[in-house]
Formats: sequence, C-alpha cells, structure tokens
Amino acid sequence: MNKEKGSADFFGRLWKLFASVRLTVVILLSLAVTSGIGTIIPQNKRPDEYLNAYGEFFYKILSVFDIFDMYHSWWFQFLLLMLVINVVVCSTKRFSALRKIIFVKDPSFDVSKFRNFSNKEEFSDSRSLEDLKRIYVPIISRRFGYKRIEETDNGFCIFAEKGRWTRIGVYIVHFSVILLLIGALIGSFLGFAGSANIPEGKTINKIRLYNTGKAQALDFGIRCDSFNVKFYDSGAPSEYRSTLTILEQGKPVLTKDIIVNDPLRYKGINIFQSNYGKLSPENITLNFKNRITGISYNKKVSLGQQFDIPGNMGQFIVKGYRNSYDFGGYNLGETIIGILIPNNNGSPVNIILPMRFPFYDNMRKDDLIISVKGYDQRYYTGLQITRDPGVWVVYSGFAVMIIGCFITFFMFHQRFCIEVSKSGKNSRIMVAGTANKNKLAMQSRIKSIVKSLRK
Amino acid sequence: MNSSNLLSIVTFTYGLAAFLYIVSWVFKKQLPGKIATWITIIAVVGNTGGIALRWIESYRLGIGHAPLSNMYESLVFFAWTIGVIYLVVEQTYKNRTIGAFATPLAFISIAYASLSPNISDRIQPLIPALKSNWLIAHVATCFIGYAAFAIAFGVSLIYLLKQRKTGDKTGLLDRLPELGFLDELTHQMVTIGFLFLTVGIITGAVWANSAWGTYWSWDPKETWSLITWFIYATLLHARMMRGWEGKKIAYLSIIGFLAVMFTYFGVNLLPGLHSYG
Ligand code: HEM
Repeated sequence: MNKEKGSADFFGRLWKLFASVRLTVVILLSLAVTSGIGTIIPQNKRPDEYLNAYGEFFYKILSVFDIFDMYHSWWFQFLLLMLVINVVVCSTKRFSALRKIIFVKDPSFDVSKFRNFSNKEEFSDSRSLEDLKRIYVPIISRRFGYKRIEETDNGFCIFAEKGRWTRIGVYIVHFSVILLLIGALIGSFLGFAGSANIPEGKTINKIRLYNTGKAQALDFGIRCDSFNVKFYDSGAPSEYRSTLTILEQGKPVLTKDIIVNDPLRYKGINIFQSNYGKLSPENITLNFKNRITGISYNKKVSLGQQFDIPGNMGQFIVKGYRNSYDFGGYNLGETIIGILIPNNNGSPVNIILPMRFPFYDNMRKDDLIISVKGYDQRYYTGLQITRDPGVWVVYSGFAVMIIGCFITFFMFHQRFCIEVSKSGKNSRIMVAGTANKNKLAMQSRIKSIVKSLRK
Repeated sequence: MNSSNLLSIVTFTYGLAAFLYIVSWVFKKQLPGKIATWITIIAVVGNTGGIALRWIESYRLGIGHAPLSNMYESLVFFAWTIGVIYLVVEQTYKNRTIGAFATPLAFISIAYASLSPNISDRIQPLIPALKSNWLIAHVATCFIGYAAFAIAFGVSLIYLLKQRKTGDKTGLLDRLPELGFLDELTHQMVTIGFLFLTVGIITGAVWANSAWGTYWSWDPKETWSLITWFIYATLLHARMMRGWEGKKIAYLSIIGFLAVMFTYFGVNLLPGLHSYG
C-alpha cells in the first residue's frame, strides 16, 4: 500500500518536473553550451590525430565522454530526448487546460475587469444609446469573429473577441519539434549516407558508408559517362558536371547531368556531385631530346611500361603518376615518375617529370632531356550518395514550425469591451481591450476601434 | 558612380544619422532627432540603391547574381535590414532615443564592410556550391533575423543602462523609454528575429539537402546558428518563469546577440566547411 503510494508520488513528481518550463530553460541552455564543444574540438578524426593533439591522458578522458563524436554521444542524445519528453508532457498538460478556453461556446466577460485596464479610451457622443447600439453592432460584427451584447444598469456593453484559436500556435510549434525528431530518427535508422568515386567510363554498384566505412550495395549501377570542370578566368571553379547513367541489370535506363545543387534522384536514392579528382593518365607522350645532337623523339607510352628510348639512349620505365609533387616546399602539380637505365651500365636514375614544367629535367645536366609532351587527362567524379526516407517528415516539421511560429508571434487572442452608458444628455463610451501577448500594440488597436466608432 | 562609391557615401550617412540621434538624446534637443530620421531614410534609400546597383553591375560583368554572396555584400545587407527595421520601430512607437543605440549598429556594419582591409568589395563570380535559388532565401531571412536581434540587443543595452538609475543627475536616463516598454520591445524584436532565424536555418537545411544530400551535418556554422536559436528559445521560455523578467531577459538577449556575432564572424576561426563568411 505504502509502496504504491510512494511510486505514485514518484511519478507525480516526475510528471511535475517534466511539465515545468524551468526544466526547458535548463535543457535548452545545456544544449546551447554543449553544442559548442563539437565546433571547437574537431569531430570524427582518426585516433592518432587526437593523440597527437591532446596527449594520451586527455585523449582517454575525452573519449570516455564521446567528445570526438559528441553529436551522436549518449549524453547529447539524452539531452535531446529530455527536451522532447519535456515538450510532450508540458504541452499535454497545458493543452487540456487550454481546451477550456478555446472551445467554449460563450466565453465569460467581466465588465469591471475591463474598466480597470490601462489600455482603454473614453469619449462621449451626443447620440442616444439606441442609435449608438444600432450603429455599433454592425461595425463590431465586421471586425470580430465573436460578439455579445449585454445590458448594464445604465446602458449596454458589447464584448468582442477574435483569434481565440491562435492560442494553439505554441502547440503547433511544439508539435513540429516532435515531427523533426521523428523524421531524424527515421533517417538515422532507415537511411544511409556514403560516397563513391567513379572514374569516367566506369560503373559502380557499391558505395562506402561514412559512419562505418563499410560497403553498401545499391540495387542498380551508376556509370559516369564523363566529368567536366569549368573555371572562371580568375581560376576559381565555375561548374562541376558529371554525366551519369543509371543501369538496371546492366541496361541503361536513365541518363542525367548533375551539377552541385542539382542532384539525380532515383528510387529514393539521391546522388550528389561532391568532388572530383584526376586519374592517372592511361596514355602519356614523352619527349626525349639529345642535348648534343638536338634530335628529339616523341613516344607514346603507358604507365608501368618499360621500353627502349628511341635513338639508342637507354631504357626507361614509367613508374607512376602523382597528383602533386613537392619540390622544396613548392607543389609542382601533376607529375610522372620514371626510372632511366643508362646504356653504359650506369646506375638507374630517378626521373621527375612535372607536367607543367617541361624544362624541369634540364636541371639534371645530362645529355638526355626528358619531358612530358602530352597525356590524356582522365577524371573521376566524387559522388555523395544518400538515402533518407525521413526527410519528408522533417520537411513537414519545418513547414509546421514556421506556420506555428507565425501564429504564435503575430496573431493574437484579442478581447475588447465597448461599454456605452448614459451620462447626462450624452452617451459615454469606453473602449478597453486585452490581448494574450504583444501588449505594446494594444493601444493602437484600441485607437483604431475608437476611430471606427466615432463620427 | 559605381555601387562601392555609393555605399561609401551611405556609410557616412549612417554615421551622421547615428551622431545626430546621440546628440538629440544627450542634449535633449528635438531638431537633431528629426533631422536624424530623415538622414536615416536617405541612408536606407541609398543603401537600397547601392544593393540594386551592385546587382545590375554583376549582370554587366556577365556573372549576374543577387548581391548576398560574400562577407561584404552580407554586411551591406545587414546594415540595410537594421535601418529598415529601426525606421519601422521608430514610426510605430514614436520614439527616437532607440535610434541612438540602433543606427550605430547599422553604421558599424557597413563601415566594417567598406573600410576593413580584410573584406574585398570586388564582385566575384559564384562558386558552384552557391549557385542556387536557396541562396537568396537563406541569406535574406538569416540577416533579417540578425537585424531584429541587433535591435533587441540595442534595446536591452538601454534597459540595463536605465535600470541602474543610481546617481544620474544628467537626466540622460530619464529620457530613455520606460522599462516596461523596453522589455516588451526586446521581446517583440526577439520574436521577429526568432521567426526569421528559424526560417533561415530551415532554408539553409533544405538547401544543404538539395546540394549535398544531408539537411544537417553539424558543421560549425550550422551548429552555431542552432546555438543562437537555443539561446533565444531559452529567452522566450524564460519570460514565462516568474523571476525572469527585465534584467535577466536583457542579459539573455545580449548573450544571444553575441552568439549571432560569433555565428557570423567567429566561426571562420574554427575548422569547418561552410562556403563563405
Ligand atoms: C526546441 C524546442 C522548443 C521550441 C522551439 C519552443 C518554442 C516555443 C515558442 C516559440 C513559444 C512561444 C513563446 C512566446 O510566445 O514568446 C513557446 C512557448 C511555450 N513553450 Fe516552448 N518550445 C520548445 C520547447 C519547449 C519545452 C520542452 C517545453 C516544456 C515545458 C515548452 C513549454 C512552453 C510553454 C509552457 C510555452 C508557453 C505557452 C503559453 O504561452 O501558454 N517549450 N515555445
């Protein structure tokens, strides 16, 4: 018996805690403060980078709290969960009280309360009470959704109100928070995000997931037909464009060019242009020049090939291709690396052939000068590939939140009282009003009503 | 005349307006205040013209795009939104002392754009990531929100000045608006700011989703805009708790605006991938 009471007590207290706005303030501030951590400490880097930066001791402490992936840590998700429980409990509790205000047939008004408001105006009119009633009622009807006329001791009173329903605005906002959470959960359980690099002309049907690094199979193939990058005169990129073809069982079903901001969507999977890179060229034309005779030869070769240099100047091996090559701190750009095997049984020489600097090999001061004459530039396109079935829930959450905020902030529940009473020969009129918020604007609204009532 | 020259003139016009508002407040004179209003109107008109001209110039250069694409352009737009919102507030509440705290912010923003050596006023072509219709919606809504927060910040400063009261013999503080009014005005500006910041974050998320397939990736700029949003959400809710009025709300509004500033400038000091400042 006692125990039951104790637990009811406990749940009652818990309910009360979650119904409090104080808790909301605490949670929102905690979220504000903790979210900052992940912007100061870079997220999801390799452990050795953290070890270097923070040392073993701090690395261990920080990893215990998942600081290196904090937005997915248990405690951060716990804060979000608390916020949602808080908003659900709080809204439920208040909404049941609010129902009584919103859904009443005849809201109660109390003239004496209105008389005490600071937001009011008074004026007098020479017309009789009856005349005024006849004139005022249609004016008020036009401006307000609800009105009621009551007789008073020496005159009458019109109560009017509008925008009672706007009180649900906050609940709409709070509901949208829940929608966002549901959408995000759907996305994280049923969606994925990864990337794929596709060389021009090649097809893939697997991508690499970001979070686990594992492969994720697609039930169709993506072929990159071509990739192009355009530049402005300033050298800044102007457009990355991939022509992609979707293959079902090896047969092309759809071809589309994608650029940044214009992805391809197919079967709920979104394919985005995200980066690109250069592939090692398949065919390279090398130039071999004899410094003494001045004779030069071109030869078309491919990577890994070993061949006799024309003019009987030895042998050459094309060892590899690099996107960048460091020369005393200066980046030479794309570079072919080769090995020269001289004829006279001399020892092999490493040869560096930067594409952009054809005279580089002059520096060796050898009789033989080698340079890159040309090569076929091949690209791969870097795609980001995502699936997120929750995105429409999130988007509806967005819409609902904007609508809710608008209602909450810019629409009000306004209640007015226009009291008309006999005062000597004239009629005395008082217009008073109140709103559930934005009290600053009340004075001008009352003025506008007064204006419409005055002759 | 090109847009940069025009906007330099606008900078000094805002400066003059700010100066006159302050003179009007400090020396209790009506006339400088009235002139200040007109000068602010001229500045806003010139500011509008400068933005329009820059837009046209970008098309003449063959790289036409809305002038909201880099730090310079966003600061100019920020000054414009502060000017417009302030004028509306002044007209609505017939009060010029707020001008002494609001127009300097517009001035600082556009002066920083025009004069800082780190900020280039060259019209540059758009990089691929920015070529989107969402750019205008996202940047415009964010900066309208920021401007409303900026004015709330100014009003909160006035509030904190005014409520200190002690030993004021100059009457400077007496001439500031009533505390209750300042408190309500802060709240009103924060609600406008909150709505637009919400729309700004949302348009940013939708844009991110259409450009790279995730509506949220916790990059520092995103995260800081969310932090800002949390702070102002705190403020809105704190107002409903007893004991959290006036002063505490004013402090929160100031902290919120510092977060806005950090989202805007400070984030560039952090590692991240947002496309521009
Ligand atoms: C991120 C989450 C939240 C957002 C965006 C949000 C948004 C809002 C907004 C915009 C308002 C209107 C404020 C105003 O009129 O100035 C509001 C009011 C309110 N919120 Fe929240 N809220 C959130 C979470 C919560 C939570 C967790 C609670 C739980 C207690 C809560 C309780 C309230 C209450 C009681 C009101 C006042 C309602 C009234 O005026 O009758 N909110 N909220």
